[in-house]
Amino acid sequence: MRALDAKMLRDLRRIWAQTLAIALVLGCGIMVLVGAQGTLRTLSGTQAAYYERHRFADVFAMMTRAPASIVEEVARIDGVAQAEGRITLSAVLDIDGLEEPATARILSVPPDGAVLNLPLVRRGRMPHPDRADEVAINEAFGEENGLLPGSRFRGVLNGQMRTLEVTGWVLSPEFIYTIAPGGIMPDNRRYGLIWMNETAAAAVQDMAGAINDISLRLTRGADMRAVIDRLDTLLDPYGGTGAYGRDRQMSHAFLDGEMQQLGVMSTYMPPIFLIVAAFLVNMVLGRLIAMERAQIGLLKAVGYGTAEIAWHYLKLAMLIGVIGILAGWGFGWWIGEAMISLYGDFFKFPFILRDPSWGTLLLSAVLGLATVVFGGGRAVWASVRLPPAEAMSPPAPPSFSRGTVDRVLGALRLQQTTMMIFRSIIRWPGRAAITLFGVSASVGVLVMSYFMFDAVSLIVETVFERSNRQQVTLALSHAAPEQAVLDALTLPGVRQAEGTFAMPVRLVHGHRDRLTALSAHFTGNDLVRLIDDSGQVVGLPAEGVVLPDMLARALQIGAGEVLRIEMLAPPREVLELPVASVIQQGLGQEVHIAAPALFSAMRVAPQVNQIHLLVEGDAMAALNAQIKVTPAVAGLSDWNEVRRQFDATLSENLLTMVGIYTLIGVLIAIGVVYNAARIQLSERSYELASLRVLGFTRGEVAFVLVGEMMLLTLLAIPIGWVMGYWLAVGLVGAMSTDMIQIPFVVSRRTYALAALAVFVASLTSVLLVRRRLDKVDLAMALKARD
Amino acid sequence: MEQQSDSEVVFRAEGVTRVYRTGAVDVHALRGVDLALYEHEMVVLLGASGSGKSTLMNILGGLDQPTEGKVFFRDQELTRVSDAKLTAFRRDHVGFVFQFYNLVPSLTARENVALVTEIAKNPMTPEEALDRVGLKPRMDHFPAELSGGEQQRVAIARAIAKRPEVLLCDEPTGALDSKTGVQVLEALYEVNRDLGTATVLITHNADIQKIAHRVVVLADGKVTRNEVNAERVLPSDISW
Repeated sequence: MRALDAKMLRDLRRIWAQTLAIALVLGCGIMVLVGAQGTLRTLSGTQAAYYERHRFADVFAMMTRAPASIVEEVARIDGVAQAEGRITLSAVLDIDGLEEPATARILSVPPDGAVLNLPLVRRGRMPHPDRADEVAINEAFGEENGLLPGSRFRGVLNGQMRTLEVTGWVLSPEFIYTIAPGGIMPDNRRYGLIWMNETAAAAVQDMAGAINDISLRLTRGADMRAVIDRLDTLLDPYGGTGAYGRDRQMSHAFLDGEMQQLGVMSTYMPPIFLIVAAFLVNMVLGRLIAMERAQIGLLKAVGYGTAEIAWHYLKLAMLIGVIGILAGWGFGWWIGEAMISLYGDFFKFPFILRDPSWGTLLLSAVLGLATVVFGGGRAVWASVRLPPAEAMSPPAPPSFSRGTVDRVLGALRLQQTTMMIFRSIIRWPGRAAITLFGVSASVGVLVMSYFMFDAVSLIVETVFERSNRQQVTLALSHAAPEQAVLDALTLPGVRQAEGTFAMPVRLVHGHRDRLTALSAHFTGNDLVRLIDDSGQVVGLPAEGVVLPDMLARALQIGAGEVLRIEMLAPPREVLELPVASVIQQGLGQEVHIAAPALFSAMRVAPQVNQIHLLVEGDAMAALNAQIKVTPAVAGLSDWNEVRRQFDATLSENLLTMVGIYTLIGVLIAIGVVYNAARIQLSERSYELASLRVLGFTRGEVAFVLVGEMMLLTLLAIPIGWVMGYWLAVGLVGAMSTDMIQIPFVVSRRTYALAALAVFVASLTSVLLVRRRLDKVDLAMALKARD
Repeated sequence: MEQQSDSEVVFRAEGVTRVYRTGAVDVHALRGVDLALYEHEMVVLLGASGSGKSTLMNILGGLDQPTEGKVFFRDQELTRVSDAKLTAFRRDHVGFVFQFYNLVPSLTARENVALVTEIAKNPMTPEEALDRVGLKPRMDHFPAELSGGEQQRVAIARAIAKRPEVLLCDEPTGALDSKTGVQVLEALYEVNRDLGTATVLITHNADIQKIAHRVVVLADGKVTRNEVNAERVLPSDISW
């Protein structure tokens, strides 16, 4: 091995702690990039393969009832490769061991098997075409309820109580992510998917020779918009509710949204770490070169060229980079596996196609090396260009002069050790700025990370405590007069009941349109309320509609303008109503109207299709038992149970996520403060030893070192708060989708926690260096030429 | 007064001036020095602190450039040439020995010598170089494990390992006691005698001039005396 390379390796070993600190910061950035990108590519590749193998449709539409022959007509639309019709219906199920009723969506299967959205049999078999009581169920529902092939359960299908036998468990590309209608998160115990042979389904729904659901696969390059328009025209006479593409298909939209967030994470977070790592390399390498100034002069004297010497130090920087890259790859692989496993709980894929993401690994290596070369390059080049004679001479002592700041400090009559702190910061503003930036970046990363919990807390509070104060929501099979609300009061344990009416609509303004739901609220409703982002209850005007701002922006419509509302369910009217107001409502995607205004415009008596209940706690069992045998009820949501599951899921992951985010965030602070303190110690050991000789105690001398670092930390914290605020703003913008606007809220607790974590990390780092200070050999330190 | 020698001129300085600017002050380190140094000879540059002797050595060795004047190594001009040319000059022709040894602390004695042999055209092996200064048994020790005299001898081994034509030594005994210093001088004496390397030795210690072929005295940036020693003594015969 060459002598210079031996020197490099020994130098690296000597500064191992600083090297480790830099490598970990760099490694964090690489880890997030590799982990998130790797997971994203795995999910994306798996999704694409799954869709392809199981012919996931491109366009979906539902209608009230259409003849089965329409499928052929639809298949002739320009751009359509394949079309398939089926019958779908809802059911309320009575499962042994489940106190409350479960709900399910039933899908018919043609006798020869489906041609689109092919179910994948995981266990058992598909139902026999001639057996009316045989069904296949989705695997998650079967697992959660212990419904093995051969087991039986009861259900109310179109008002009839039926007993069904499970023949098998299936997965489907349509239901990678499954949420019950009106639900907010998957509940595989209480919501299932059922595949039933076509004849049986038709018999249940009285739809022999008819369909109410159609799926299309398009040809490559087809104009989806044109196909959807044509499809809507064809289905309109049959009660079409508006065709949509994959982007609005629930399962696909959630999966896509999740992948979008992964993409944002892998783009947003790594640069912060890489920038800090570059600064750290600059600091550490700069100091190392300064300490080896005489050696550089010697190397030049004996005939080493500037480029050779520069390359020697750059190799050192690159070696640090390699350590960071390898650590990042290792942790990135681990975190990627953990994330894929986590996603496996929510997204039901039959297989996972792991993508080793060689491209991402290569990119991360290039970025890592570029970071250290860029960070170290300037320090190296400026230093090694010194003429050899100058390099071998001791450096000029730092020049201090008395400026305005000094006069101000002098007026404060501070102790000299405190003056030393301020003078050091003023004399080396660049180094202080790097420390300041690094620590504030650490605070910023923590604020950005913790803010997500604030957003979730707000969502929970809004959804469960402000907007939906009911304990149970009943979805009716058909719209019913207001009297149904009074009837609901007679159900076991019901203390309070109120109704709402919801209908699928298409909103049109100019050439823009959106498919959404119209929600009508009755005067005096207190359980279900319209809440805006500031937490205020929004009163509905006597006339006109209220739009959430995201919807208004999508339609480019404002208050006072007229909105065209096309009802996609009976009576299928078209209303032209003014927009009374636009509200800030990140979680809402529906258009709201006062029930009297809606039914007056429709010229019909008020109706309800949802009833919201407050129930005595000990009466839930009786209520559930009653609902199971009530044909008028198509579904039930137990909000307490939903909240309990939400909290359970959140807390299960909360500690882990908080731990990971905190670790990542404070690593920056540790890396920056530790390195800065070590450099200070090595540069100032002479003067600090002199203080000891003069009679200052260890603590008083340590104050000079610790005081400067902690002063910079305290100054960095408010800067970090501002940085974190804007990072969170950016994150909200990047992660919000058409369907969900992440609420922007950063609590005081978040700011406080971020500050506390960084403060403790900085203090710990500098105290570690203080231990070295306490061990400095006074005699040796006073002899040092530098 | 300069005396001609039958040997070839190795270094020639013509009107060399060097001015340093430190802050608002100009320091005239050299004021028009004319000097010739010859093959095989050992020359002592004598002068008080601040006389300009180190500055002159740095310029001769290509570590620094004069403000005015010219310097030649044999027939190659060294003044106002590129950094790359000066580097090549030092790599191929010059060995340095400094007052504080300037060893790389993280390399052993052998590795410190190898630092130079790895880039030299026709070097001796590190072992051979260390053997010449009597340190072969200690070649795998780090500088921190060697005495001052041993470290300086490693530095001499490093300087001669490339078989330089010129050896420039800046206060090689400045950090050592008398007895150790004599050992170092003996090593330099033997190198000059056995390898024929032209050796320039800077010192402020007047006793050391007795071992040289020629003595050049500098004061206030100028050559005040340039004489051949009528009689040389061995390093072992001097003390201070």
